[in-house]
Amino acid sequence: MKISKETVKYVANLARLGLTDEEVAKFSGQLSAVFEYMDILKEVDTSNVAETSQVTGLENVKVADEITPWTASGEVVSREDLLGASELPVESNQILVKAAIKK
Amino acid sequence: MAGLNELTIRELADGFRAKKFSSEEVTKDCLSRVSERNKDVNAFVLVTADEAVSQARGIDKNGFAKKDSVLKGVPVGLKDIFNTRGVRTTCCSPGLRDFVPPYDATVVEKLRSAGMVCVGKTNMDEFACGASTEHSYFGVTKNPCDLTKVAGGSSGGSAAAVADNMCIYALGTDTGGSIRQPASFCGTYGLKVTYGRVSRSGVIAMASSWDTVGPFARSVEDIALILGEIAGHDERDMTTPEIAVPDYTKSLGKGVKGLKIGLPKEYFGEGVEKETRDVVMEAVARLEKEGAEIVEVSLPMTKYAIAVYYICMPAELSANLERFDGVKFGKKVSGEASKEVKDLVDQYFVVRGEAFGDEIKRRIMIGTYVLSAGYMDAYYRKAMKVRTKIVEDFATAFNKVDVLIGPISPFPAFGIGEKANDPLAMYTADALTIPASAAGLPSLACPCGVSKAGLPIGLQIIAPQFSEGLCLQVGERV
Repeated sequence: MKISKETVKYVANLARLGLTDEEVAKFSGQLSAVFEYMDILKEVDTSNVAETSQVTGLENVKVADEITPWTASGEVVSREDLLGASELPVESNQILVKAAIKK
Repeated sequence: MAGLNELTIRELADGFRAKKFSSEEVTKDCLSRVSERNKDVNAFVLVTADEAVSQARGIDKNGFAKKDSVLKGVPVGLKDIFNTRGVRTTCCSPGLRDFVPPYDATVVEKLRSAGMVCVGKTNMDEFACGASTEHSYFGVTKNPCDLTKVAGGSSGGSAAAVADNMCIYALGTDTGGSIRQPASFCGTYGLKVTYGRVSRSGVIAMASSWDTVGPFARSVEDIALILGEIAGHDERDMTTPEIAVPDYTKSLGKGVKGLKIGLPKEYFGEGVEKETRDVVMEAVARLEKEGAEIVEVSLPMTKYAIAVYYICMPAELSANLERFDGVKFGKKVSGEASKEVKDLVDQYFVVRGEAFGDEIKRRIMIGTYVLSAGYMDAYYRKAMKVRTKIVEDFATAFNKVDVLIGPISPFPAFGIGEKANDPLAMYTADALTIPASAAGLPSLACPCGVSKAGLPIGLQIIAPQFSEGLCLQVGERV
């Protein structure tokens, strides 16, 4: 399977990944080789085979829908602690970002 | 006498209680080894010397009671993928280079309450993606046995730190081989646990249906001691079943008499270097001499494991790494670049373009592609079905034998730069570790010899799910 530069750009757009022109050219070649290799799976007959997405058989693990303080080594992790992980300005407990909707 | 930094957990725990030496003395021996060697080996990307000494002093002051954890006061290295409250955690990515987590991973919390002395954070491939620790923002980790060779990866720093006596034990993560392969390259023990045996809360996610947390140590007994402390159900990680944690040391001292050991013929075939095969077979012969029954088995799906892994893993990785958008944490757009950013979506492109290294971008691209409309059935669903066939392979084998033994890597540590520009060649280095990961099985890496060039060679012992004890029982006799 050949991955063209156009495909690389299309996928990078889906992944919100900024690539340079050199990266687009490099990935086109490298990903083509990788996907050529993946074709080996066509050899395996998988009709009537179920998909495996998890391996220990756990089902519907639930917890009560309650707000509980997150503690770490005995100390409560505050909202300020979590917001402090952002490098962007914080106002009224919200992170300030660039406009998401065009005027 | 060996330096205190060369002892095992058991030796240190006994020594502390007999007042032969203090945690502070052991810690200082580890730290002086770090000062002497880390500039060459580059196992640690952050050394927390002052904190370690003050943790050790506190522990010494408090003393060692019988009921205290055996890990109390024993210096550890933590892969830089574990959140450590107040201590920089980067995943060795440019995008997280200044990230200071507001909370600890559950395993770190457990070690803290056991009495942790943390020497520092160890080097790794960015976001645990790689088999050589060459894809690290902080540069490659060199193999302590030969500085021209890689230490393996992705947990290369943890393996090298333990092998080179910079700490007594270390924690790493294994998704497709990232504990076992560096352990074999550096000549230490390393355990990939059953999927879900150890909590991953607070561990930066790579591929969520594969990721596991496990220890590196200098003896099988030490592995058993660490596992007993870190395993178990955690309500913060929904994938940890409520299965009781046994006393793993009870699996030791039993010998291998009467055990059936399977040798998957695909693990000894073409592509595996003869020297590696021979060294592993010598160890198998020793086990046979001790009364184990050796049986040849077949895992016919082995040759498809790399393709399955390099579809499923990037798919999960690309979804997990969506959270690195430069908003909640990580790098913001700064300087010149910020002027070009018009809106939020634009910001995502710039931030993510700068935040990730080459290999991460490549894997995000593969993952996004196999999940995109039109390709999902051909690649992702197909791979998940072949994964089922791999699981069935092992189930069939474990009907006949108790454990499986095979090489970990088809070859010993390779040269730095040797595979750096050929992603596919790097991916095939995981050929023999991925299958057990696909099936969520425990697998213990044990050193079993050295190559003529003096490089360590390891073997892996694979057991059914939640049978870590069996791996340890056999590993002790290797």
